[in-house]
Amino acid sequence: MEFLMQPWPWYVAGPIIALVMFLLLFFGKNFGMSSNLRTMCTIAGGGKVSDFFRFDWRGQRWNLTFVVGAVIGGVIAAKFLTPDPTIDLNPETVKALKGLGIQDPGAQYLPPELFGSEAVFSLKGLLILLGGGFMVGFGARYAGGCTSGHAISGLSDLQVPSLIAVIGFFAGGLFMSWVLLPLILQA
Amino acid sequence: MSKAEIISWFRIQEMFRFESFHMYGIIGSAVILGVLIVQIIRRSQLSSTEGRPIIFSPKKKSITRYLAGGTIFGLGWALSGVCPGPMFVLVGHGYFSILLVIAGALLGTLAYGMLRSRLPH
Repeated sequence: MEFLMQPWPWYVAGPIIALVMFLLLFFGKNFGMSSNLRTMCTIAGGGKVSDFFRFDWRGQRWNLTFVVGAVIGGVIAAKFLTPDPTIDLNPETVKALKGLGIQDPGAQYLPPELFGSEAVFSLKGLLILLGGGFMVGFGARYAGGCTSGHAISGLSDLQVPSLIAVIGFFAGGLFMSWVLLPLILQA
Repeated sequence: MSKAEIISWFRIQEMFRFESFHMYGIIGSAVILGVLIVQIIRRSQLSSTEGRPIIFSPKKKSITRYLAGGTIFGLGWALSGVCPGPMFVLVGHGYFSILLVIAGALLGTLAYGMLRSRLPH
């Protein structure tokens, strides 16, 4: 019980993710989260604007169940398994983020400077959240997968396209963290 | 995802700043085990519970779409701090402003669908 309440180390979380991938394969499915975004567009009537959304989404119901499970898992973890949401960040990261105007790095899962109500109701904050999400959604479909589809499933199958995509993930991520994010936060 | 703090915006920043092994350990150990799992499935020609053999469809060879799409994804990932799985876990945690990120992701997916025929792949 004590173990359940603590944050899990990487050597527990990594193998659990591999196990989830195996279970999905074993039940004749694939491990890929971002496909759900496409399915949701289809359900919302996306077929009217593009062929890309004209497919039988019922075949994707299991994957949508995975989304529901993710939300429920979040509720359970938040209500029962997270006595303290503070994260033990590297002091270097804390210092760097403080320098960028983030007051209390690691105190919550998301920084209030970007996700708090004040930010959400400002034009800049709204654009950051919508724009960040837009790039995630657009990029994932353009690349044909996200972290679970490429970095976990694709690399496990030693697929070169997935390696190229993961290199892209890091190229974009590094540029954002080191160059753009400081500019955005201090603008 | 919640328990290993993968859903934390700060963990993602830490990863991209190369100041923690945590995320690399998670992805690395998942992939090493994943490679073993895929090899074992291949060699034993294991069937899924639905009776069909488990097959791995190779992704189409290309560089443009994976590099361009991947880079755009990475920009969004580091800015919003979430990829498509964790954004839903955070809803469960009661961080409702993440719904805006999800709305953005749906719009991005929709935009890709509309522009697909005009983008280099």
